[in-house]
Amino acid sequence: MTAAMAAPAASAHASAAAKLVIEHMSYRYFLEREESEFLAFSDVSLSVNDGEFVAIVGPSGCGKTTLLNVIAGLLPYDEGTMTIGGLPVQGPGINRSMVFQNASLLPWRTVFDNVRYGMEMQRRFEPALMTSRAEEMIRLVGLAGFEKRYPSELSGGMQQRANLARALATDPEVLLMDEPFAALDAQTREFMQAELLKIWSKSKKTVVFITHQIDEAVFLADRVVVMGTRPGRIKKEFPIAFERPRSLSLKRDPKFLATCDDVWRLIEQEAERINVLRAAE
Amino acid sequence: MNEQIQPSALSVTRPANKVRRRIFVQKHEAVIYGTVSIICFLALWELAWQLRLISPLFFSGPSAIVVQFWELLVHGNLLRDAAYSGKNFLIGFVLALVTGVPLGILLGWYKRLNLLFDPLINALYAMPRIALYPLIIIWFGIASGSKIFIVFLSAMLPILVNTVAGVRNIDPDLLKAARAFCAQDRQIFATVALPYSVPFILTGVRQGVAHGLIGVIIGELFAGSEGIGYMISYAGQMFQTDTLLVGVVVVMIAGMMLTALGERVRRHFQRWRPDHVGGR
Ligand SMILES: Nc1ncnc2c1ncn2[C@@H]1O[C@H](COP(=O)(O)OP(=O)(O)OP(=O)(O)O)[C@@H](O)[C@H]1O
Ligand SMILES: [Mg+2]
Repeated sequence: MTAAMAAPAASAHASAAAKLVIEHMSYRYFLEREESEFLAFSDVSLSVNDGEFVAIVGPSGCGKTTLLNVIAGLLPYDEGTMTIGGLPVQGPGINRSMVFQNASLLPWRTVFDNVRYGMEMQRRFEPALMTSRAEEMIRLVGLAGFEKRYPSELSGGMQQRANLARALATDPEVLLMDEPFAALDAQTREFMQAELLKIWSKSKKTVVFITHQIDEAVFLADRVVVMGTRPGRIKKEFPIAFERPRSLSLKRDPKFLATCDDVWRLIEQEAERINVLRAAE
Repeated sequence: MNEQIQPSALSVTRPANKVRRRIFVQKHEAVIYGTVSIICFLALWELAWQLRLISPLFFSGPSAIVVQFWELLVHGNLLRDAAYSGKNFLIGFVLALVTGVPLGILLGWYKRLNLLFDPLINALYAMPRIALYPLIIIWFGIASGSKIFIVFLSAMLPILVNTVAGVRNIDPDLLKAARAFCAQDRQIFATVALPYSVPFILTGVRQGVAHGLIGVIIGELFAGSEGIGYMISYAGQMFQTDTLLVGVVVVMIAGMMLTALGERVRRHFQRWRPDHVGGR
């Protein structure tokens, strides 16, 4: 079983075709102890183009992680539809990869074996191909020389690089990232953002990226989706037109700051609305 | 164990060697402290024995045990008895391991299966297994069969119970990651559940070794005409306290060696763990 893997650089064909389409999706958690349902988000519709980088921001608890887990297939949805490349999806699939907030690397595997892990689980790569792809991805995320280290011997930023390499190694069509840099200090974080853009420009994956930080979203994305809460839903989308490649100096550009402000104001409104709701209860 | 202690290395005083000495002491701290305490204990015991504070009718001294050990090894049946007990223990223990670990993983994984078997396992665990020995002898006879089964029963339960606990404790993030990459249950067992449970399994193995050794000895005390347990029981009837204690020491040393082996295995599987940092 040979998987015809295009090198990431070669798969870069920016087309405006919709890759991931979600329509009228809702998700309810069932709380066993209280025997009640909790509506995490409702009536979410989102369309992400092939090769597009979409960032989702929103107040804590608005259902961002839930939405991403549903897209990853880790939570089964029963309201709404979701297609990737036109095909309906339910459950995890080889066309998606997740970069988790906690690096969730296997502590007893070395960096190299961790990067191989996703490919091993998918059972569609030949051993030689797994080895060469793992080496390639480790180089891509800048971890060359650390292949034999265990996760406990890496810094937080390096663990997240390994996490990213593991996700990229399976050559997914859609890359899902849930606050991957949240645990990093401000400097490492900025550095990783720039690095991610570099890697993304080489691989041209479709990316859905969740973050708490507005400047991170605006800096990385082609489009920022703002979610509101109670129940979680999409409030507004901001197209971000800054020229690529983007460098970190963009963050000091007045236009950049103005965009962040717009997004921030919307989230603030949302937070105030919740406070009013809370006070009324 | 004590060949790692070199008195010469401890008495060197030149400054360059001072550092090396400190590193040596730090590295072998456990061995040094352990050996010192055992040597002190043996010395006191031997002293009491030489001063005839201990009656040979009730107990014995280290030197007498060593002499008797040599005597039994060269002229007696010690080797044959040890081989007999060792073989029964080994077969029973391996059976316990190859059933306990997979069963533990399954019970830890499938909640309903666990609900089904949990009461049974708890009952077996709480039951005084010694009381079952006469029954087991009726089932399996007084030859090897009954001893193997006793070891199996004694060792399997702690291994099983600890493996279940290990699987229950798996970091959910690791399971999520495996699932996101389309892992099948079988793959999750092999790549997440089993490695994650290794420390737990080894705790179970340690308890299993202790219970299994007790099992094999008591089995031989009950019935049979071979093995270390038989040797102990026979020596007891003949008031040969030194022979009896040789038997006890042999079992003890076997237990310690197996524990040390287990520790080696644990280290091998845990080499990824950052070095333990803590107080003295
Ligand atoms: N397993 C669960 N069972 C029940 N409710 C849950 C569960 N997980 C999350 N929720 C609820 O669903 C809502 C959305 O949670 P989610 O984790 O998706 O939020 P989020 O937007 O990712 O928040 P944050 O920004 O803090 O990570 C929250 O109100 C939360 O209480
Ligand atoms: Mg979240």
